[in-house]
Amino acid sequence: MAGLEIRNVQKSFGTTPILHGVSIDIQDGEFVILVGPSGCGKSTLLRMIAGLENITAGEIRIGSRVVNAVPPKERDIAMVFQNYALYPHMTVRDNMAFSLKLRKAPKDETATRVNRAAAILGLEKLLDRYPRQLSGGQRQRVAMGRAIVRDPQVFLFDEPLSNLDAKLRVAMRAEIKELHQRLRTTTVYVTHDQIEAMTMADKIVVMHDGNVEQIGAPLELYDRPDNMFVAGFIGSPAMNFLKGQVTGNSFRTDGGLTLPLPTRGARPAEGQRAVYGLRPEHVRLAEGGVPVEVAVVEPTGSETLVLVRPPGEAAGTDLVKDLGRDMACVFRERIAARPGERIAITADPNLVHLFDPESGRRLS
Amino acid sequence: MAETTADHSEGMAYLDTLPRRIVTVYIPLIIILVVLLFPFYWMALTAIKPDEQLIDMDTYNPFWVVSPTLKHISKLLFETQYPVWLWNTMFVSVAATILSLFASVLAAYAIVRIRYKGAALVGGAIFLAYLVPPSILFIPLATIIQAYGLFDSPLALILVYPTILIPFSTWLLMGYFKTIPYELEECALIDGAGRWQILTKIILPLAVPGLISAGIFSLTLCWNEFIYALTFLSSTPNKTVPVAVVSEFVDGDIYRWGSLMAGALVGSLPLVILYSFFVEHYVSAMTGAVKE
Ligand SMILES: Nc1ncnc2c1ncn2[C@@H]1O[C@H](COP(=O)(O)OP(=O)(O)OP(=O)(O)O)[C@@H](O)[C@H]1O
Ligand SMILES: [Mg+2]
Repeated sequence: MAGLEIRNVQKSFGTTPILHGVSIDIQDGEFVILVGPSGCGKSTLLRMIAGLENITAGEIRIGSRVVNAVPPKERDIAMVFQNYALYPHMTVRDNMAFSLKLRKAPKDETATRVNRAAAILGLEKLLDRYPRQLSGGQRQRVAMGRAIVRDPQVFLFDEPLSNLDAKLRVAMRAEIKELHQRLRTTTVYVTHDQIEAMTMADKIVVMHDGNVEQIGAPLELYDRPDNMFVAGFIGSPAMNFLKGQVTGNSFRTDGGLTLPLPTRGARPAEGQRAVYGLRPEHVRLAEGGVPVEVAVVEPTGSETLVLVRPPGEAAGTDLVKDLGRDMACVFRERIAARPGERIAITADPNLVHLFDPESGRRLS
Repeated sequence: MAETTADHSEGMAYLDTLPRRIVTVYIPLIIILVVLLFPFYWMALTAIKPDEQLIDMDTYNPFWVVSPTLKHISKLLFETQYPVWLWNTMFVSVAATILSLFASVLAAYAIVRIRYKGAALVGGAIFLAYLVPPSILFIPLATIIQAYGLFDSPLALILVYPTILIPFSTWLLMGYFKTIPYELEECALIDGAGRWQILTKIILPLAVPGLISAGIFSLTLCWNEFIYALTFLSSTPNKTVPVAVVSEFVDGDIYRWGSLMAGALVGSLPLVILYSFFVEHYVSAMTGAVKE
């Protein structure tokens, strides 16, 4: 096993720059997830680690070895592709044994390794089937088996669960995490599903347009996002961003809501324009709080999603992004309010954020 | 495979009543069959007709035979050099086919999968080569054959046939290789395979139907080839079946129809047998891609 070091890596396809200098440090045994919207360069970065794309500038090290010019087969990595890329003409057993056969490993060692991997993944009964005779989840597991058998320094996963249905995805998520806890192999995992990222990662790398926006533990990103992109990307439903300015001891949105200033960090200057970040789940009902008008109520059973707007104002007057046209609130309690009625809310000053409206960076 | 051919969609329901099916399916099929099979029937018929029935159309029904005979066939096999010609044909065809397949696999793989500048250009050029007809090529080729001292040797044909076979096979295999997902190769690359192993362990096993169709196509073309065989071979024991039959069984303006047709019939049997083994692969390669 080994750590992985990505130093100021850039990538261009032809003259189009795709990655603009990405630096990530990954410790030995860490489970790192790359997240970001579609097209931000996650797969490209992963393929560069694997050696399937060459590196335009910068340096990638596996262990202490610079691998920029090392061909994939000498990098000692294993990759699981989004569509699994199982060899259709080989049985599950042969698929898993393929890399060992190429390495001319002794027959009995190959057999033990394949059997061990099959036992770990519950594939014993399927070893003599062909990929076309397997379900999606089973194929996924075979693809992982193929990686495990190699006992590589680094596992690379490119959206391995995106072809599975929701239930199976949750199950496989747990399985992969458990597998990592057992094997402790350094893992880089690409997904654009932030729930996957939050639940599985030791460390999340949020990417956007070929740049790293923030690197940190899942809860760190959730609690202290560096900028509006990360704040909006991590967490579901997404954070509300309200335009307004600092007035006295509170923040006054353009729609006329008065909300408490964050307790953390330095106090912003009076009258400063800012963006107020408020997660839906941090809004609370409060007697004597800020009155808002209910637009939509969506009970999910365990909680209630309520969309609200400043009383008497049009939808979205004070929202920064057109993520939603109304401010979202999630309440643990059941809300009986009807659209048009008013409720009083408040925000926990320990859990709100202020961002610079121009740069999007966190204030304080 | 089998169950996918059953179509339960509404769109095909109009074929379901018998009279309609007769008009839309069976009658066209029968017409095509008759048109395609009649020459074969005529050839077989002529091969077993006694000589006196061959040209006497007034006394005998030309579409039928009374008291068939194996005389032509036995004469063909035991009194002429036909077995040698058949062997020549087989040897030349198989050798040229193997040579062409080998070259085509390498060419097609390189064009489709190795990203180098001008790959598309090379692909186009190969296709152009396919468009040049043998009736133009055989004159310059004759000079070359003469220069290398290959005239009247089977090697001449073995080396010349690939000029027609490689372009077509390359194109067919290119289409086939393109359907094999690129990720399989990348996966193999990470698993530790080199180019050659990827080709032999991943690509070729998946392209077997394509290889079979390219092989059958090449074999058929060589088997029936006439112009080059006529030009480059001169002595009787070196000839291939199509040329030998025509040159040995036609004396001036006397056509020995019985022997001619017997020669054609026996000559086409090996191909018929071959087709019957591989027809499914052949069709699936022409119509489809890799099934996962
Ligand atoms: N071979 C290529 N040639 C040119 N551009 C490419 C190539 N591969 C990827 N790109 C571009 O690079 C950018 C990043 O692609 P990449 O596949 O890394 O995105 P991603 O983050 O994995 O997205 P997704 O979540 O949709 O998989 C995209 O804009 C894409 O169009
Ligand atoms: Mg991707």
